[in-house]
Amino acid sequence: MFFAVDEGAAAAHSAGWFLEHAWLIPVIPMVAFALIILFGKKMPMKGSEIGIASMASSLALAIGVTYQWIQHVGDAGGEEGSALGRGVAGFMRTLSEGGGEHATIAPIIKKWVWWQSGGTEFGVGQHIDGLAVMLLLLVAFISILVQIYSLEYVRGDRRYTHFFASITLFSAGMLTMVLAENMVQLILGWEIMGLCSFLLIGHWWEERANSEAALKAFWTVRVGDIGLLVGTAIIFGASGTFSIAGINEWAIGGDASKTALLWAAVALFIACIGKSGQFPLHTWLPDAMAGPTPVSSLLHSSTMVVAGVFLVARLYPVFHTGLDINVAGQTFNLIAVIGGITILIAAALAFVQDDIKKVLAYSTVSQLGYMMMGLGIGAWVPAVFHIFTHAFFKCCLFLCAGSVAHTGSHHSFDMKKDMGGLRTKMPITFWTWMVSTAALCGVPFFSGFFSKDEIIEGAKHNHYTIFFIVGLVGAFLTTAYMTRATYLTFFGKARGAAAGEHAHEVHDAHAHDAHVAHVDEHHAPAHGFLVKTDSPALITVPLIILAFLAVVAGYLNAAPFHIEKFHEWVGSSVGVEVPEAAVFEWINAVPSIAFVALGFIVSLLLTKAVFGDADSPLKGLTTRSRALGAGHKFLVNKYYLDDLYEKVIARGIAHPISKAAYWVNQNVLDGIVNKVGIGSRRTGEWVYRNIDQRVVDGAVNGSGAAARGTGDALRPLQSGKVNQYGALLFAAAAVGAMVLVIVNT
Amino acid sequence: MLVNNFLLLGAVLFCIGVYGVIARKNAVLVLMSIELILNSVNINLLAFDQLWGRLDGNTFALYIIAIAAAEVGVGLAMVLLIYRNRKSISLDDLSEMKG
Repeated sequence: MFFAVDEGAAAAHSAGWFLEHAWLIPVIPMVAFALIILFGKKMPMKGSEIGIASMASSLALAIGVTYQWIQHVGDAGGEEGSALGRGVAGFMRTLSEGGGEHATIAPIIKKWVWWQSGGTEFGVGQHIDGLAVMLLLLVAFISILVQIYSLEYVRGDRRYTHFFASITLFSAGMLTMVLAENMVQLILGWEIMGLCSFLLIGHWWEERANSEAALKAFWTVRVGDIGLLVGTAIIFGASGTFSIAGINEWAIGGDASKTALLWAAVALFIACIGKSGQFPLHTWLPDAMAGPTPVSSLLHSSTMVVAGVFLVARLYPVFHTGLDINVAGQTFNLIAVIGGITILIAAALAFVQDDIKKVLAYSTVSQLGYMMMGLGIGAWVPAVFHIFTHAFFKCCLFLCAGSVAHTGSHHSFDMKKDMGGLRTKMPITFWTWMVSTAALCGVPFFSGFFSKDEIIEGAKHNHYTIFFIVGLVGAFLTTAYMTRATYLTFFGKARGAAAGEHAHEVHDAHAHDAHVAHVDEHHAPAHGFLVKTDSPALITVPLIILAFLAVVAGYLNAAPFHIEKFHEWVGSSVGVEVPEAAVFEWINAVPSIAFVALGFIVSLLLTKAVFGDADSPLKGLTTRSRALGAGHKFLVNKYYLDDLYEKVIARGIAHPISKAAYWVNQNVLDGIVNKVGIGSRRTGEWVYRNIDQRVVDGAVNGSGAAARGTGDALRPLQSGKVNQYGALLFAAAAVGAMVLVIVNT
Repeated sequence: MLVNNFLLLGAVLFCIGVYGVIARKNAVLVLMSIELILNSVNINLLAFDQLWGRLDGNTFALYIIAIAAAEVGVGLAMVLLIYRNRKSISLDDLSEMKG
């Protein structure tokens, strides 16, 4: 037994050493970051050992915290000593126990004053409750697996030490945010993650596309971050506290002004949109795939991007009250709408990607949409549970993609050009990929089913019918694009690098020049080799662990089996009354299972027709139909014009729909529209003449002209000459001094 | 004790420094001129301390000396890099920031 805790004593007074000292979890990687930066290059393993050691200690502490938290919950719920003490994986092993009704469990809060300003104390501390514990364990666990994987993946990279420094600092930032006691600390962790994201996406900055992707990610997220600052300021102004517990109490207390809550929720949600890649600001996430694959796996799928979801879950009372979630008769709200749109838009985009990592990136965006939608409809526990399960299978999928590129396709991520037929050559990668894909699609008895299906169920149960349908369509699309990606990568004939083409320049020891190859990652591989075996153990072992968890993680909250452990341990963090979850019945799960199966079949047939060996009339359609090419240009953007698959989907699905829509348009709508149109045109003309041209345009042009005039007048001042700047500075100082003298005499 | 003399010295040094900053084209000389300005301020601080018989100014002067050292360290490093990249430290050549 790993942690011997006196159960009786722990229950009564102290919550336990680990819970009291959970703040150590982010501190360790922070110290490790400094050590790696200072001494990393002199270490025998170039600093990676410090990173891994720190994550291992954080993980050990996180396991201790989890263990004691489960015990704490058990004690608070009046349950007698549970048989959890079976070692490290206590979290996983309590499946057989019956769940009791969970009571409200007080979080374990500790804080210290960081600095004081004008009588306001800014603290740092820990706010440990189920949500925080879950994410602490998750982040520490995923981090260490990704770091082990990176040992092999970035071996020989020119900035090896800096890679490990940044990725360790990232974990520190996420852990800081997760256990933040107050909003200031939360913002601190949030921004550390933003910085590390920038550093890691631009890790191979020699290539211009990579550094531009890094900048894009940084600035897009920054746009959202303004919302975080504004939201925090609104909350502080209205409630006078930064403390998360205090804010949540204030939000449900009834004294809070409804307007303040509404605007705080909207402002904070803008931050979540930026960080979690929701609909209007999702564009940075696919570009972020320019970073090394372990980074994509850790930051941009399983941990950092859930920060936005975490923020909503953390301050749920603010959002719940502010946006009137679950108020009778509400059919939609901001969070659910954004989440729903994101699910569909991102899933549709995943169809037109050639880059395997971009498929996964859009899939991540879409799954984050599910989490947001879950929160938006009041299904708090399923949404948070989806964070948990999604982390395992999405991390695994990304690492599989990296494994394929590392071993199978020679650093190319292009599914069409350089993959195919890898199923037999890389069996471990293939099977872990299949398991994770099944989990992602929500195939029954895999983890994604238990979380995603609960969200979809929740939408129906809480009377958000639109989002119930959105969820089902999303499940269909998810299965369809994953089937396509799987087929292209692992089935069919080997193409390009996977088939050993480009073999004009053979390197027997490619690991040694991996850094060169990495820089050219998105170029055609300069030198190929024929893949014979699977990736090394440093890559496959994390894959196997993650794939295993992609199956079993779902059984923490498996409604079909009446297991509600996750609900019991984490559910108390919600902080506000949400509707009870629906009682699970298989009949209710039938639609989503049917949609998953349908997605699989449709996509398989189409994919086989296009990429299979048999002749098919669908092949070469792109070149024959110009209308389809134009329609797809819109979806795919110009890089993928010769993309066959998209044209086929367009032919099969979009074309009949658009034809039908056109018919309805011509025969039914036109009559109505024409009449309305004439009326509105007259109004429009009047508005245009009198309001738009005179009032609005005048004001806009006037302010534009004023700004331009000022700019032109000031431009000569920016001469770029230091001496002139100096002269201006001293002239201004002299004028200031003269004013002072005159005023004082 | 004639404070005037010290203040005069400070003023003269300050003017020389300002002249250097405005007129010289050589980056090293501009840095040196900045040092002159800082030291003229130091002299003023010490002079007023003498006048009022206090120590605040001395403390400030010590800080200024330390900061000036750090500043000139950074400045010279930049000048060195600029020289290495362009083989010139003439400030006229460094007008990339022109608006």
